[in-house]
Amino acid sequence: MGRIIAGIGTSHVPSIGAAYDRGKQATPAWRPLFDAYVPVREWLEELKPDVAIMVYNDHGADFFFDKYPTFAVGASDRYDIADEGFGVRPLPPIDGHLEFSQHLCESLVYDEFDLTVCQEMRVEHGFLVPMHLCFDHTPGWNVAAVPLAVNVLQHPLPTARRCYRLGQAIRRAVESYPADLRVVVLGTGGMSHQLTGPHFGKMDKDWDQDFLDQIEHDPDSLCELTHQTLMERYGAEGIELIMWLVMRGALSGRARRVHRHYYAPMTTGMGLITLEEPV
Amino acid sequence: MALPQRDRTRPIADSHVFDLRLSWKGYRINKLCNSLSEAANRDAYRADEEAYMTRFGLSDDQKALVRARDFTGLLDAGANIYFLLKLGVVTGNGLYVMGARMRGESYEAFLATRNDKGAV
Repeated sequence: MGRIIAGIGTSHVPSIGAAYDRGKQATPAWRPLFDAYVPVREWLEELKPDVAIMVYNDHGADFFFDKYPTFAVGASDRYDIADEGFGVRPLPPIDGHLEFSQHLCESLVYDEFDLTVCQEMRVEHGFLVPMHLCFDHTPGWNVAAVPLAVNVLQHPLPTARRCYRLGQAIRRAVESYPADLRVVVLGTGGMSHQLTGPHFGKMDKDWDQDFLDQIEHDPDSLCELTHQTLMERYGAEGIELIMWLVMRGALSGRARRVHRHYYAPMTTGMGLITLEEPV
Repeated sequence: MALPQRDRTRPIADSHVFDLRLSWKGYRINKLCNSLSEAANRDAYRADEEAYMTRFGLSDDQKALVRARDFTGLLDAGANIYFLLKLGVVTGNGLYVMGARMRGESYEAFLATRNDKGAV
């Protein structure tokens, strides 16, 4: 049967992708960020997941406000790289896991999550930055992926609690998959950032560190927060952090933390946490 | 009614939260920005900005905001920041240039406020 083996919370800031494409990983300003993911990639090489469920948000690369799904799940065998407005990044297309995706969609809908099912989906930095931070792609990606896009752009957004419950439903879906399958769930976004108005660039490292504490030890306390409170702490765009709760909901209370990192050079708090389930 | 998630009497960081009201108001601007995810459309935009704005049905006020590269004004008019970034690409105004202008600072002055401006 399927099994959730690990969870990762990570930021997906677009400038990380630009730095990566330009080979800036070893520059003084970027090294702290990229070095933090070296042990994460090694750990994942050991864990050997078959599938990564990537919980992310599209930033206008594939979805527009004509029709805007609250939760959208990929059900394809391949996901192409989207053009976000500056050309297509030099990354190989993503391998999907069609059979598992179809099972996941069925299970989630019958578990009363009314998803948008996508048989074509192009992925962008929200998805890709965590992919290339955590997984090797020379020449192809060493894991199949399922994109799960969450509306964190156009309010009303799903509540923090709803995101956590979606994670719990993902766990039930994985555990009801008939074949052996090792699954890692990534919750991406944030941390604190404010990208509009006179306080552009405002971050809050103390609240970011608090979030890293709570996502590990007391996610229920985060589920209780309204969007208003979350945005007052993390900024209007920092609301993306609700996607980490999908990941946490998919992990058990027995998962132990393996890695944790925080770096905030420019305008977004870049956080990382990994959790591993006991064998 | 479910538990309210927002308190509109308490703005976030003295700015907008992009919701259905703003999305409706700024729909044409965002639709124009969205089209710039295609290279051929970026070329068409650069070749004739006025024609491109007309093609997407922008009002005279909206066109004036685009011409002036008035990013704060565009956000007030319902542009979504992530879509606005695509307009930034074709007009040579990256995120940090936009942000500096929102703060009323020069680009250099804004960078000086960062923890490590090497990570632009």
